[in-house]
Amino acid sequence: MRVFVESVGLIGPGLPGWQAARPVLAGVQPYAHSALNPPRVDILPAAERRRTGLPVKLAIAVGQDALAQTGRGADQLPTVFSASGGDGEVIHEICETLAGPERLVSPTRFHNSVHNAPAGYWSIATRSQAKSTSLCCRDWSFAAGLVEAATEVVTGSEAALLLCYDARYPEPLHHLRPVAEAFATALLLTRVRTADAASELSIELIAGHHADSPVLNVELEALRKGNPAARALPLLAAIATGKPATVFVDYLGDGHLRIDLRAS
Amino acid sequence: MQPLVFRSLATASSLGQGLDATAAALIERRSGLAPCDFDTARIDSWIGRIADEALAPVRQDLARFDCRNNRIAQLALRQDGFEHAVEEARARHGARRIGVFLGTSTSGILQTELAYRRRDPATGALPDDLQYATTHNNYSLADFVRTYFALGGLSVVVSTACSSSAKVFGNAARAIAAGLCDAAIVGGTDSLCLTTLYGFGSLQLLASGPCRPFDAGRDGISIGEGAGFVLLEPAGRADGNRTALLGVGESSDAYHMSSPHPDGAGARLAMSAALRAAGRSPGDIDYINLHGTGTRSNDTAEAKAVNDLFGNDTACSSTKGWTGHTLGACGALEAIICEIAIRRGFMPGSVNTRTLDPAIRVRYLIDNAQEPPHTVMSNAFGFGGTNCSLVIGPAAA
Repeated sequence: MRVFVESVGLIGPGLPGWQAARPVLAGVQPYAHSALNPPRVDILPAAERRRTGLPVKLAIAVGQDALAQTGRGADQLPTVFSASGGDGEVIHEICETLAGPERLVSPTRFHNSVHNAPAGYWSIATRSQAKSTSLCCRDWSFAAGLVEAATEVVTGSEAALLLCYDARYPEPLHHLRPVAEAFATALLLTRVRTADAASELSIELIAGHHADSPVLNVELEALRKGNPAARALPLLAAIATGKPATVFVDYLGDGHLRIDLRAS
Repeated sequence: MQPLVFRSLATASSLGQGLDATAAALIERRSGLAPCDFDTARIDSWIGRIADEALAPVRQDLARFDCRNNRIAQLALRQDGFEHAVEEARARHGARRIGVFLGTSTSGILQTELAYRRRDPATGALPDDLQYATTHNNYSLADFVRTYFALGGLSVVVSTACSSSAKVFGNAARAIAAGLCDAAIVGGTDSLCLTTLYGFGSLQLLASGPCRPFDAGRDGISIGEGAGFVLLEPAGRADGNRTALLGVGESSDAYHMSSPHPDGAGARLAMSAALRAAGRSPGDIDYINLHGTGTRSNDTAEAKAVNDLFGNDTACSSTKGWTGHTLGACGALEAIICEIAIRRGFMPGSVNTRTLDPAIRVRYLIDNAQEPPHTVMSNAFGFGGTNCSLVIGPAAA
């Protein structure tokens, strides 16, 4: 599948937005780790904003980051949300409540427990009635999301926005599902080359295991290995560098994506 | 879009196991709903439950996947020659060319709910036997089915609440159109758990008795559990009479997290997009299997959308009075009910519904109608304002 990357969104520890992160990922500025602050999501109505957890904030902020770099609006833009799991805080609170004597589940927590909560809040915030899907493919959720977004584009949509995000779970869930630090990325893909296009991707799903391409340095490698959404980092670094590159991303352990990048 | 035939179908729900049992319950108007007796739930509501005795542990080599959700999936997969049909498809196309696109809303969260009752009193740790990745995690379902059939191609779970297993038909259609696979297993599974029983209870969306879609006195949903799977393949020359997926339409409400748009604006967009994808007009649709949850707001909004697009001549009904609302499984389960309706030549009405809501202006069937539908639509909507409509009918127009 051949698609173009019109813009990128990124939020991670020490990576506060694509513009700031780009020189770091291109290797021209050093990476300095710093704890991620929950992003502000002013586009959500205040009542909704108070109710949302970190995954929703990550998804909305990283989508806004990608859209801020193009003239494209969100209202007609199909979206593919992909995360390895739901909101860990919400799941923990619900399971704890259900194990207790009263079982008084909060209605807001319950509707925030759905995997597509970020997509719901995104559509409310952007007033977008466009089609949207919310995927889960555990540790391969970035690869699965990229395949779905590219498929959306090559089968008919002019553009599609991929949003991948994962946040740390609280204990005792963290012990079972150790997502290290929050990370989110968005890729705005288009079918044809646009004036803003940063790079061109050729994405191929190939049978057989292939190790993930590494990224730049040990700190970023730790980030990549600690969060399923951060498996995007080698591709983001290639886009930041802007030179032809081939990136491999593991897919389900028995297949892989080969992504050939050409600068636009 | 290119029609994709339903090469094989499999289902299990409170109506029974397999297509014949499901069809018999529909034709004989036997609802699967009964007062809630699930686990330790003290909920004044009715549920559509599969008997525990029917839920055998998952295949021994897949023990890591064992949980109520995957047991229900396995129960369905073993019906109506579905396993054999997948094996044949695997021989035809190769294991890497069959995609797996499945929907679930809560997957095996019940395992984690139960484990939270057994936390270490000193450390708060969860018991070591909880296998999060292969049970609770949403991807567990597709992982289980892909591994069950030893497939090696695309595989993903769509989790968009109650539209999940309708939307997977769209993922499969796109993947086949893009040349990423030659056939696809689509469908979904959801299982009873305390999260949904108490969660819908907290929103005051549970009916006090069996749910009564579109009734003047309807007061909410009855939660059900079940699974539906369909093996989809592009229609071949000999497939003209086979039931096929003809179109998929998807949209977002952009309105509220847990209430539908009051005029059904998003629902209307999804229905018209599905018609467009199928190359059909509203007049081509003989029957609509509505989302019809039985809540005040859903049924009112959906009826407005249907009236707006179809007028009040097109027969429609909700079958949730039979199955309950199977949440992430209802899209696939109701697509299968549509196939049963087409093949057996009748339109299901609506059990439990007694007095039609006079404010609703659609041709809503309470009794089953002995009119064979040719081309039908199936709706599934969900929390977060996610909408999906499918057009289903003979592969050749």
